Amino acid sequence: MLQLIQKLGQTTLASFSKLGRSSFYLGHILKCIPSILLRPRLLVNQLYSVGVLSFLIIAISGLFVGMVLGLQGYYTLSDFGAEASLGVMVAASLVRELGPVVTALLFAGRAGSALTAEIGLMKATEQLSGMEMMAVDPIQRIITPRFLAGIISMPILGVLFSSIGIFGGHLVGVGMLGVDNGAFWAQMQAKIDFRDDVINGVIKSLVFGFTVTWIALFEGYDTVPTSEGVSRATTRTVVNSAFAILGLDFILTALMFGDH
Amino acid sequence: MQHSPTQDTLVGLFVASGIIGLFFLAMQISNLGSFVDEDTFTVTAHFQNSGGLKIKSPVSMAGVKIGQVSRISLDTDHRAKVEMKIQARYTNIPSDTTASIFTAGLLGEQYVNLEPGGLDDNLTDNSEIDITQSAIILEQALGQFLFKKSADK
Amino acid sequence: MENTTRPNQHLVSVRNLTFFRGDKKIFDNISLDFERGKITAIMGPSGTGKTTLLKLIGGQLTPNSGKVLFDGQNVHQLALAELYELRKKMGMLFQSGALLTDLNVFENVAFPLREHTQLPESMIRTLVLMKLQAIGLRGARNLMPSELSGGMARRVALARAIALDPTMIMYDEPFTGQDPISLGVLLHLIKALNTTLQLTSIIVSHDVQETSAIADYIYIISEGKVVDHGTPAQIQQSESEWVQQFMHGDADGPVHFHYSAPDYIDDLFSNAQH
Repeated sequence: MLQLIQKLGQTTLASFSKLGRSSFYLGHILKCIPSILLRPRLLVNQLYSVGVLSFLIIAISGLFVGMVLGLQGYYTLSDFGAEASLGVMVAASLVRELGPVVTALLFAGRAGSALTAEIGLMKATEQLSGMEMMAVDPIQRIITPRFLAGIISMPILGVLFSSIGIFGGHLVGVGMLGVDNGAFWAQMQAKIDFRDDVINGVIKSLVFGFTVTWIALFEGYDTVPTSEGVSRATTRTVVNSAFAILGLDFILTALMFGDH
Repeated sequence: MQHSPTQDTLVGLFVASGIIGLFFLAMQISNLGSFVDEDTFTVTAHFQNSGGLKIKSPVSMAGVKIGQVSRISLDTDHRAKVEMKIQARYTNIPSDTTASIFTAGLLGEQYVNLEPGGLDDNLTDNSEIDITQSAIILEQALGQFLFKKSADK
Repeated sequence: MENTTRPNQHLVSVRNLTFFRGDKKIFDNISLDFERGKITAIMGPSGTGKTTLLKLIGGQLTPNSGKVLFDGQNVHQLALAELYELRKKMGMLFQSGALLTDLNVFENVAFPLREHTQLPESMIRTLVLMKLQAIGLRGARNLMPSELSGGMARRVALARAIALDPTMIMYDEPFTGQDPISLGVLLHLIKALNTTLQLTSIIVSHDVQETSAIADYIYIISEGKVVDHGTPAQIQQSESEWVQQFMHGDADGPVHFHYSAPDYIDDLFSNAQH
C-alpha cells in the first residue's frame, strides 16, 4: 500500500517536472519563431514533410468519413422524412467535430509520430548535440520550423478533410440515395454559420495543431537516446496526442457551442 | 536542407488547396455565401408570439429565401418585435404584405414567410409590416383543438 | 598550480572541476591544462566520463563546482549568445560522426558555413571543396551519410568540424571501431591538421597505442581523478601499477579480471546444496 502511494507520488512529481521542461521548451521555440520567419526556406521544407505528405491519408479518410455520414445520416433522417436535412447533418458534423478531431488524430499518427522519431533519432545519433557544438541552436534550426509547419498544416488539412467529406456525403446522399441536390446545399447554407461553425472548426484545428506538434517535438527532444527510447517516445506521442485532442475538444466545444 | 522546385510547387498547391477549401466552406456550405457583398434593408413586424424564431432564421417569399431575421425584442405592447434584413434587390415587395411565422415540416425550423399584398407602393428601409400572423404553437393548437372537440359534444 | 599557468600558453584550463550525474560522482576535483597548438590526449577506461569532460569543456554540461577557462573566458559563466560565439572557435568530432542524415556530404560540410556566414554560393563551394580535399573525400561530395563507411563518415565530420577554421578541435574516441587503413588515415589527418592549421587538439580515447603515437601530452583518468599525466614517454615509465596495466592492456593487475565475488569453490558448493 505504502509502495503504491510512493509510486503515485513519484509519478506525479515526474509529470510535473515533464510539464515544466516542456513549458521551457515551448518558450524557447516561441522565441525562435521570428528568426525562422526570416528563413522561409526551412519552413517550406517542413510544410512539405509535415503537411503535403499527410494530405493523402487525410483526403482518403475524409472521403470515406463523409460517405459513411451520408449513408448513416440518410437512414436515420429518412425515418423522420427529413432526408432534405442530410446536407446539414453531414456538413455540421464534419465542420464542427469530425473535421478537426479526426484530422488531428490522423495527423498525430502520421506526422506526429514521424516528427518524434526523426527528432529522437537525431538526438540518439548526436546530431542535435553536434549542432550545438557547431554553435547552431537545434531548437531554432530544427525544432521551430517543424513546430510552425505543424501549426500551419493542421487547419489546412482540417479544412480539406471537411470539404472532401462533404463531397463524400454528397456523393452518397445525392448521387446514390437520391436526396434532392438543391435541398442538400440549400439547407446546409441556411443552417451552417460561417463564424460559429466554420471559423470555430478552424480554431479547433489550430489548437490541435499547436498541441500535437508540441507533444511530438517535445517527446522527440526529451527521448532517451536509444532505439528503445525512441520507439517508446513515438508511442507516447500518439497516445498523449489522442488524449489531449479529445480532452481539448470537449473543452473547446463547451466554450464555443455551449451557449446555443 | 536540400530543396527542389517540385517540393515548392507541392507546398504551394497544398496551401492553395487549403485556401480554396476554406473558400468552399465559406461560400458553398455556410450562410456567408448568401450575404457577401449584398446590401440589405430592414423591415420590422410585430407578432403576438414569435415562437421558436431565432436570429438568422430565414425570411422567405414564395419559398425563396430573401433575407434573415436580424433582431428579436419585446415592444411596449408586450409583443415580439422582429427585425428582418431583406436583400436590397427585392425592391418590389408591396407594403401590405403579410408576415407569418411558419414551421418547415412538422419538426423543422421556424421561418418568416412573406405573403405579397396588392398595393402599388413597396416596402423600403425601416418600413413596418402591419399584417402579421403569429407562430402556431403546437401545444396551443392541440389544446384549442381538444377544447373545440369537447365543446362540440 | 594556478600561478604557474600562463594564460597564453594554455588554451583550455580545467580547474578543480567536480561533476555529478545523478548521485554518481563523475569527476572529483580534477584540473587539466591543454597547451596551445599541441595534441593532448585524455585516456582512461570506458565509462570514466571522458566524453562528459568534452561536453563540459564545450559548455553543453555545467559542472557542480570548478571552472573551465577557454582562452581566459569562463565557459560556464557566458550568456547563451556568447557561448555560441565561443563554440565557433571549437570543433568537435563526435564518435558517431553526427552527420546530418538528410544532407549529403557537401551540404554537411557547408552547413556551418551557411549557418554562420553570408558567403556567396561560389565561395562556399570553394571552401567546402578545400576542406573535402584536405580529408581526401572531394570525390564523395554527393554521397549521403548512409552511404559512407564509418571511417569516411568520421572524416567528413572532421571536414565539417574544421569548416569554420576553429582554434581547437576535440576528438571523441576517433579510433574506435576503425579498420587499420581508416585508422592510419585518421592518425595522419589528426597529426596533419594539428601542424598545418596550428590547431589545439584534444583527443579522448582508450586506444593506447594509436593515441600515444601522436599525442604530445597525456592525461590518464580513472574513477573521477587524474591518475597520471605526462608525455607519452613519461607515461610509459609510470610507476603506477594501474597505469602500467592500462597502457599494456594486461588482463590481470590492480584491476582484477574477476568482478568482486564470493569465493569460487564456496559459491559452487552453496549452489549445490539447494
